[in-house]
Parts: sequence; C-alpha cells; structure tokens
Amino acid sequence: MDRAGEQQVPHRAWRPVRNDNEVRTMVCENWADKLDAYLDGELPPAEARAVGEHLRSCGACAAESLSRVQQKRAVQAAGQRFTPDPAFRARIQKSIAPRRASRWKVVWFPALAGAMALVIVGAISLHLNRERRGEQQLLSELADLHVATLASSNPVDVVSTDRHTVKPWFAGKIPFTFNLPELQDSPFTLVGGKVSYLNQSPGAELIFRVRQHQISVFIFQEQALANGCARKNAQSARSFSARSWSHNGLCYFMISDVAAQDLDKLRELVKRAG
Amino acid sequence: MPHFERLYNFACWLTQDRHEAEDLVQETYAKALKGFSSFQPGTNFRAWIYKILRNTFLTSRTGLKATSNVPLDLEGDDVLPPAKETPESILLQRSDSQLVQQALERLPVAYREVLLLCEVEEMSYQEISTTLAIPMGTVMSRLSRARRALRTLVQEMQGSRG
Repeated sequence: MDRAGEQQVPHRAWRPVRNDNEVRTMVCENWADKLDAYLDGELPPAEARAVGEHLRSCGACAAESLSRVQQKRAVQAAGQRFTPDPAFRARIQKSIAPRRASRWKVVWFPALAGAMALVIVGAISLHLNRERRGEQQLLSELADLHVATLASSNPVDVVSTDRHTVKPWFAGKIPFTFNLPELQDSPFTLVGGKVSYLNQSPGAELIFRVRQHQISVFIFQEQALANGCARKNAQSARSFSARSWSHNGLCYFMISDVAAQDLDKLRELVKRAG
Repeated sequence: MPHFERLYNFACWLTQDRHEAEDLVQETYAKALKGFSSFQPGTNFRAWIYKILRNTFLTSRTGLKATSNVPLDLEGDDVLPPAKETPESILLQRSDSQLVQQALERLPVAYREVLLLCEVEEMSYQEISTTLAIPMGTVMSRLSRARRALRTLVQEMQGSRG
C-alpha cells in the first residue's frame, strides 16, 4: 500500500517549501495552526473546506500537510509495538473470572454480569473497531493520494476534458476498462486522469472539477483490495468527504472537500455511465 | 476482554517495562470490574477504561517518577517558533519505525501519551480530553507541541546517525 503512496509523492512536490520558507511563515501562519486539526479530521466542515481550498492554492502548505500526514502514519505504525504474551492473557482472564462462585452468590452474580458485559462490549467494539480500522486505513491511503495529486505540479498525466480522449488513454495501462460520464449540463468538468496504485495494483485516478474544487475518483479492481470494497458507503476520511461503491468487479472511490451534495451528484453521473 | 491488546500496548509505552505493564493492565481490569457500576452506559467506554489505566499508572512509583522528572513547560503560553525544518528532512516512512520508536521513548510521558492516543488509538480530541482529564484546548496545544518535539528529536537522531 505504501509503495503506491510513495510513488505518488514526487520529491519535487515539496521543494518549494524550502525556497518559500519565509513566505510561508509570513503568509500561512494562520493556516498552519489549523493543519493539525484539519488532518485529524477535527475541523468543522466549513473550516475544513476553507483549509482544503487554501491547500489547493498554496504549495507550501500542501507540502507541509503531506509531511504531517506522513508523521502521523509513522507514529501510528511505530506505536503499535507491544503484543501481550498468551500466558499473560490467560492469567488476566483467570483473574477477572468470578471466584468461589457458589458460596458468594451475592458477590458472584454482579461480578459475572460485569465480566459478561465487559466481554460483550469488548467483542462488539473489537469487531466494529477492526472493520472501521480497515476501512479508515483504505480511505486514509486514498486521501493521501488525493492530497498528493493536489500538491503535485503535474496533477494529471492525460490532460483533457474529452472523455473520448481520457478513456482510451488508459487502454493498456490498467488491466480493466470503465466508462466515463456525460458531463454536459452538469457543473462538473473532467480535468484529466492518471494511473494510480493501491496495494501495488494499478487503477485509474480521474480528476473532476466543480467550481474551484477538485474531486478524485479512483477505480480499482475489487480483487486488488485486501478487504474488498468498503462494505458500507464511506462517508468521510480526515474531514474529506468520501463515497464508495462497487460495480462489475470494480471499486469506485470518490474523495474531495466539496459539499456532500456535489459528491452525490457526480456519483450518480459516474454510476449511470458505469 | 475489551481493548486488551491495545491497553497492553499503551501500558508498555507508559511504563517502558513489560512486567510493569502487565501489572498495570491487570490492576486496570480489576479496578474496572470493581467499579463497573460507576460506568455510565452511553458514555465512552474506551475513554473510561484508558482513564483508569492512566490514573493507575500516574499513582504508581514509575508513574510518579516519570512525571516528576519533567521540568518542561508543557503548556506554557509562549508562542511556538515557526518550524525550521523542511518536509524533506523528516521523510518519516515506516522503514524508520525503529527510529520513531526510540524518539517516542525519549519524549516526556505527557507528550508520548497524547501522541499515542491520537495516532495509534485514533481517539477524537473529545475522547482524549476525557481520558486525560484536560480541556480540549489543552489537547490541541499539547498535541501540537508533542508533534513538534517528536519531529525535532527524530531530526536530531537522523543527524547523529549520519
């Protein structure tokens, strides 16, 4: 998964920061304060949108946010370090199991009920957590790819608003084909596309624009994703709005900072083309 | 057992010793069971149990030592100097895990715990605020300081490693 992300983050994308360091601290101090909350998904939607807009226009802040995302992920990976010994697990299980049950019924029952409640809450939260974690990780990778595209000086490899140019460009580059939506009479324009990677598998990244916002639409083969497509319709990742669905063995993901309605509109158009 | 593995991981990071971490986790479950009636359904269970673990740690010998040895002004009102580093200099990839782990170990415990809760446990600011019993504003400023401190440490270590 990482390899794909790395490929999408060319070194040249962050060079301007070094040169513009002074400008950045002068102009972007206000924004820099909000970057952490933005990347932690803790900004209210309106502010998140404003930061997203700024990131698109400011290479220095976009590169800074990329580096912070990388640090977040490095700490996440490094922090998951210690695994308990099975013997220790058994000991704990034994220690919280009710003792001398028959003699101390009054003590026994609430303790058992407590333990049961803990186990049930635990099982449910573990399951939900695992599911959510897998999904969040996938969305987080895609959000990185999206930010990388925004930060890149060459966001797309095939620049064209014509779907009949963009679609054939992918032929031979990715192991599947897809249809692009008819965008006439819609507020969206096609900016172009490029080959993207997830789990070392190639897929398509299409960039659409609506007003000043960019939307990335990722298409990957279902079999390329470890957990299959997101089971539930994805809603958000780190304050980006996201949508996902599958069709004909392909997984579609949309990610952007636009309003949810815009994302839904484009999703309908893409689905119809499907 | 809810959150068992993750609590253990967190306990190891706090105590920096596996045996102590085991004692800490065991005591946490014992306290949680005993005080289960004080848990209010509908409130955050995870924050509740992490809070028990952390409070138990803070009152332990290691915890008292770890927190009393910190002369750092963790929440001062001073304005943070602008970051001098460039993103290239902290190309933190997963391959650098060991370096990041060493840097985390060297951070003051207050920074270490807030980073772990945010990045590893993926807690929201609200959850962190409940767990650490500090206001949201403090969560944000402490996180920001912790991240900067980690960055600086990693850079220093990268520098000394050549």
